[in-house]
Amino acid sequence: MSESERGSPYAPHTDAETVAMLEAVGVGDEEALFDIPEDVAFDGEFGIDSRTEREIRGECSRIFARNDDLVEFLGRGHYGHYVPSVVDHLSDRAEFLTSYTQYQPEISQGFLQALFEYQSMLVELTGLPIANCSMYDAATALGEAAMLADRVRATSGDVVLVPEQLREGKRAVLANYCAGAELTVESYPMADGTADVDALADRVGDDVVMVYAESPTVRGCIEERLAAIGDLASETNALFTLGSDVVSLAVLEEPAGVGADVVVGEAGALGLPTAYGMGLGIFACSDDFLRQVPGRLVGASEDTRGDRAFTLTLQTREQHIRKERATSNICTNQAWVALRAAIHAASLGPSGLVDLANDCVREAESLAERIDELSGAVAPVHDRYHLREFTVRVDQPAAAIAADLESEGYAVHVISDHLLQVCVTDLNVGEVDGLVAAFEEVI
Amino acid sequence: MIHDQARYAREDENVNEPLLSEKGETTVDVTESSPLPDDLTRDNLTLPAPSEPEIARHYTRLSQMNWAIDSGPYPLGSCTMKYNPKFTEDVAADPNAAVHPDRSGRSVQGNIELQYRLQEFLAEIGGMDAVTLQPPAGAAGEFTGILVAKAYHEHHGHDRSEVVIPASAHGTNFATAATAGYDVVELPSGDDGRVDVEALEAAVGEDTAALMLTNPNTVGLFERDIAEIADIVHDAGGLLYYDGANLNALLGRGRPGDMGFDVMHYNVHKTFATPHGGGGPGAGPVGVVDELAEFLPTPHIRETSGKSGYERFEPKNTIGKVHGFAGNWLVLVKTYAYIARLGDSGLADAAAKAVLNANYLAEQIDLDVPHGPFHHEFAATAGDRDAADVAKRMLDFGVHPPTTKWPEMVPEAMLTEPTEIEGRSSLDDLAEAFNLAYADTDETLDTAPNRTAVGRIDQVGAARNPRLSWQALDEE
Repeated sequence: MSESERGSPYAPHTDAETVAMLEAVGVGDEEALFDIPEDVAFDGEFGIDSRTEREIRGECSRIFARNDDLVEFLGRGHYGHYVPSVVDHLSDRAEFLTSYTQYQPEISQGFLQALFEYQSMLVELTGLPIANCSMYDAATALGEAAMLADRVRATSGDVVLVPEQLREGKRAVLANYCAGAELTVESYPMADGTADVDALADRVGDDVVMVYAESPTVRGCIEERLAAIGDLASETNALFTLGSDVVSLAVLEEPAGVGADVVVGEAGALGLPTAYGMGLGIFACSDDFLRQVPGRLVGASEDTRGDRAFTLTLQTREQHIRKERATSNICTNQAWVALRAAIHAASLGPSGLVDLANDCVREAESLAERIDELSGAVAPVHDRYHLREFTVRVDQPAAAIAADLESEGYAVHVISDHLLQVCVTDLNVGEVDGLVAAFEEVI
Repeated sequence: MIHDQARYAREDENVNEPLLSEKGETTVDVTESSPLPDDLTRDNLTLPAPSEPEIARHYTRLSQMNWAIDSGPYPLGSCTMKYNPKFTEDVAADPNAAVHPDRSGRSVQGNIELQYRLQEFLAEIGGMDAVTLQPPAGAAGEFTGILVAKAYHEHHGHDRSEVVIPASAHGTNFATAATAGYDVVELPSGDDGRVDVEALEAAVGEDTAALMLTNPNTVGLFERDIAEIADIVHDAGGLLYYDGANLNALLGRGRPGDMGFDVMHYNVHKTFATPHGGGGPGAGPVGVVDELAEFLPTPHIRETSGKSGYERFEPKNTIGKVHGFAGNWLVLVKTYAYIARLGDSGLADAAAKAVLNANYLAEQIDLDVPHGPFHHEFAATAGDRDAADVAKRMLDFGVHPPTTKWPEMVPEAMLTEPTEIEGRSSLDDLAEAFNLAYADTDETLDTAPNRTAVGRIDQVGAARNPRLSWQALDEE
């Protein structure tokens, strides 16, 4: 029998076993087990040939080799940092990777404790007392924050205010979550890379249910007046949601300290390599919203012996119990990525994490200065502190420069006609000389 | 038959793994080291700082306290815990595929080609015309599919406010419809466990945007009236949504597209064996018929007009985005590898063996199974025993128990799905665990489990006095 006729390589049945089992069930063949009316049954073929492992590894390796080998200076919400080997080796343990959601906590203590520890790390980083054990990514976490704002609303409005400069994908996802709750997304202006707080003060009012701000912003600027934004939201009874990322939070002022009710953002900067946009959504909030949090929460409890044990808790918020009145439809989240982020954070420790974030500030400043020295380029465009990334104004069309840089082996973002964006992390910092030289060449 | 899970015994002392924080935390001064002005930084950061050997032992110990499909049977009904082929991890780890999502299309032809190929595989398997890979999980797929249906109705000027969902459906269906802004109309199950066609006729009308249906349904029964159901919904101007949670039972023998479904999601961890990772990441691609393709999320992938490569494009009336980037890429790569490994015959065999295993196991257990003929899963009833207690006792026998007390149409339900990966002897062990637990004394059931890493956990206490971080424990 050829490989392609053998059936699933992951079903262990011998022919004799199959026959014996069919007999035990009382049918003559496998077809008799299917109760599908003929008029809707499928008797065609998908046309997918079975391949061996080795063939598929070769095939995919050839496909991926068609990607150009570029040095990426890309960020805008998806960041590559070096992921220590210990993260792969421990998270790949099959007991973690091949487990399901912890519906039987007594036999799933390991993963529950790891997620409890992840939640605790986020509590330290945000200063907020509650962090769930993950959302899909920063964009969907922002959408969930708007839904929470709608549920706990203290105003009659329907407006979610977001910064004018926001990652386009994030805004689009938010709009989809908002539409169902009949919320509308509006922008407030920015002044030189950060929020125009005076304009925001003019805009907030009874019709606003949530104010969203980011630090760093999508252009890498550190927001300097977060407390003022928090005050504006609080004065008008709007929810203040702050977007950030797990590395930046290691050094930036604590969200709780500037009045954030909710923190959303990316934690995949730890634990995940550059992964074509796959992420890990942070969701943290104040105690007031304990029973309104979307997603899963791990809590500590005791077992019958009185020993500490962990379990999924407050599940009456969730869809499998509360159905259409659940706080979210989320079920499967990014638990394994959260495990990886926690291992990475443990591996760095607080000093490693702070050093990493500080380097992101220093390297961005240093690279911007070098690009700024080139004629035909201004960097950073915004006179702000930056973390990881910044924009570059170029005299020539930005798209043409980016295309030329690509031919030189470097990838940067094109923001608009004469605006590029560059992101530097520990992964590409060794390639900065080459990027500057290429810039000089093409500019 | 007894199984001890990773237990350390030292008299009456709790010897479970301490929290990382209990092994020592370090506080670093941030203002001192940061190049930023003090008013933009936090003062300090306090986190554990374990050495690498300590980290290795901590997480290895935690892993020993965790059940997984590689540990043994994991027959959670509706969850489809299949073996996850190891080689798919290696395929997904290819460094050439680790690129940023904002790379130009021309510079990442490899990733885009794989996305295209997977779209094509999934379209064939579901009998759909177009497939998006963007939704990052099954529930996100539902949300995407319902948003597409909503966009379709709005585009055609239909004002429809309701989504009809059978009572036995997954909770996500109800929550998804509500999130998308629809009123939910719950359809009671018929006496035979299937959709009651008369009740459906009464429930659908000019307000119906869609019917969300799982087929085979959540007790494993094929909705034999599906053609008639499709006509009823379509005649009322509604769309038919297929919840892909049980597609694994139909591979090669039935396609949602051929049954009249207009839009569906695929649960790749269930149908295509990507690892569930203790709660995710998953992926929930969505397939649609031609008429709905213009509403799919952006960007979508197609071949270039000269067929010399692949490109991203924005569908004409796109709903926008449901994930910040391109979804859970690493999971999608594993999906592709699994489908290619099995091919037509392997996929059909996976479904056949999954159905055979469920039927064989049901024959070996002493519990009643009220509804049939079932396919890849069955809902046994624990009768006058408490299904949750029987499940806890099963843990002592070295198997993971089934899903309990759901769906509610079966009293004290034990929804069981062994999948195709268990052989006969493994199923016999599983049946023995069922039967021993089911026949055990009330006292034993009440106090089980006794051989897991911890004993039965106080759920009420956990919810009444929430302690969700080590900081909260420190405050006590």
